[in-house]
Amino acid sequence: MRDIPLKRRGVFVSSLLRIPVVLVILAVFLSPFWILATISFKPVSDVSSYWKFPSSPTFANFATAISKAGIFGAIGRTAIITVSVVVLEVVVSSFAAYPLARKCSRFNRVVQAFILGVMMVPPLSILVSLYSVIVDMHGVNSYWAVILVLLTYQLPQGIFLYTNFIRSIPRALDEAATIDGCGPAKTFFHIILPQLTPVTASVVILSSVNCWNDFQFSRYILQAARMNTVTLSISQFFSQTYIDLNTAAACAMLAIVPVVVCFLSLQKYFIQGMIDSSVK
Amino acid sequence: MKKRIDTINLFYVPALVLFALFVIYPFFKGVYLSFTNWNGYSRSFKMIGLKNYVNLFKDKNVHRAFANTLVYGVGSTVIQNALGVLLAVFLNKKFRGRSLVRTVIYLPVMIAPLIMGYVMYFFFNYNRGAINDVLKLFGAAPVDWLASGNRAVFILTLVNSLQFVGISMVIYLAGLQNIPSMYYEAAEIDGIGVKQRFFYITLPLLMPAITSSVTLNLIGGLKLFDVISALTGGGPGYDTHSLSTLIHKYYFGGERAGYASAIGLVFFVFIMFVSNIVVKALQRRQVEL
Repeated sequence: MRDIPLKRRGVFVSSLLRIPVVLVILAVFLSPFWILATISFKPVSDVSSYWKFPSSPTFANFATAISKAGIFGAIGRTAIITVSVVVLEVVVSSFAAYPLARKCSRFNRVVQAFILGVMMVPPLSILVSLYSVIVDMHGVNSYWAVILVLLTYQLPQGIFLYTNFIRSIPRALDEAATIDGCGPAKTFFHIILPQLTPVTASVVILSSVNCWNDFQFSRYILQAARMNTVTLSISQFFSQTYIDLNTAAACAMLAIVPVVVCFLSLQKYFIQGMIDSSVK
Repeated sequence: MKKRIDTINLFYVPALVLFALFVIYPFFKGVYLSFTNWNGYSRSFKMIGLKNYVNLFKDKNVHRAFANTLVYGVGSTVIQNALGVLLAVFLNKKFRGRSLVRTVIYLPVMIAPLIMGYVMYFFFNYNRGAINDVLKLFGAAPVDWLASGNRAVFILTLVNSLQFVGISMVIYLAGLQNIPSMYYEAAEIDGIGVKQRFFYITLPLLMPAITSSVTLNLIGGLKLFDVISALTGGGPGYDTHSLSTLIHKYYFGGERAGYASAIGLVFFVFIMFVSNIVVKALQRRQVEL
């Protein structure tokens, strides 16, 4: 008899404790966004605490960010790069995954182990030679070089996701197609491809976030100011003008708004993609 | 039948061509360059044998960067997983506003680490930093957070961990939801306490989730680059450099391409070694269970 009230009290205490925990979590994880917002809406002359939202918010910083830092141009270029990489990745990695999922020869196992190995390579460890290879190909400041390099280092994840998914499609479907006279290419396009939509959503989402946020590859390949991507123009703005931090903050705000909006509206797919890519 | 195998393998040729061009060829070119004194742009350079490798074992900056890389990798992994499990257990119970909390924790994962690094400057800055503002509110003296190398390394690890803790949380939430509730019901009948329930049921059955989360965090932490270049740029001095940022510094700032190449290769071998050991160890535990 004494057990029940005790237990109830436990539940009550734990739900009371929950409120401060939730508040701390919200404070820690939202504060970066809050601080960025207050700074970007403050006039440079306002030296009040970063925590305080200005009483008369200004859009001047955003105007400077657009005209001086050319943030919209940078967003456009980043979009071109991201879309190209994602489209190519879907094609190349679903192609590559098909034989790896269906033909388990020893050679294919070696290929697969190699591809998983590439996932772990820190790109900076082969930076010197990768950069010199790109210079030799005359790829500096060109879209194609940054697209191909980003694509290459995104591929392992795509291949991994597609391979796991294709393995779960019954092999009997392939065999039926073969009996009906389909070659491997026809089987892929008519039987496998139409079923890949859910995993394609994961691939698209994961690699678009990576491309949009990329800094380490674009930094070397796109050196001219006219080729700046979002991260590059923000980094230049911050490192050149540590005085006008308000405009820098406005730049950063403009850069993260599209990402945040995308995430909030497609949250379910983002999280599913993350889970797919981690579970083996 | 033989012919069919050949055609089907043609499908991965485009991927292999890309890997050959941008991974394998640069790798071997890097091995070659690491034996030279190339400065990064001149046409003439000569072979200097193992000199770069001998030097890097004597270079204090390399030692420091090596230790930092380990701290970034292992530290982030520990923080993210400990916090990730706690958050997942906390958010696995039903309560109002739960999905909002999950969204908020995952949100920073979307932000470019570079931007996060710059935003953190607004927090850890000495003069007007948001954290010192809070300290002043409580009457404490402001702290120059990034002036000490060791503290800056810790701050960078913490920033990276908190930004990406959402990934671990999501993986653990998925893992928790895969544990059949009958185990907990049986435990309740046997009168087992909360602590024992966590250590004897939840934790062992989370092993697959732990493996993926640890692997992801470790690889991410060992590669840390963007947030360091944004927040500290490797400073003060060379105290917060990771191997990634140090290679960048030596190559573009110091014109020591051959030497940077040698560091890169040692780094490469080291990461492969560490990741393989960790993945193997975790997988072995999974089989035992």
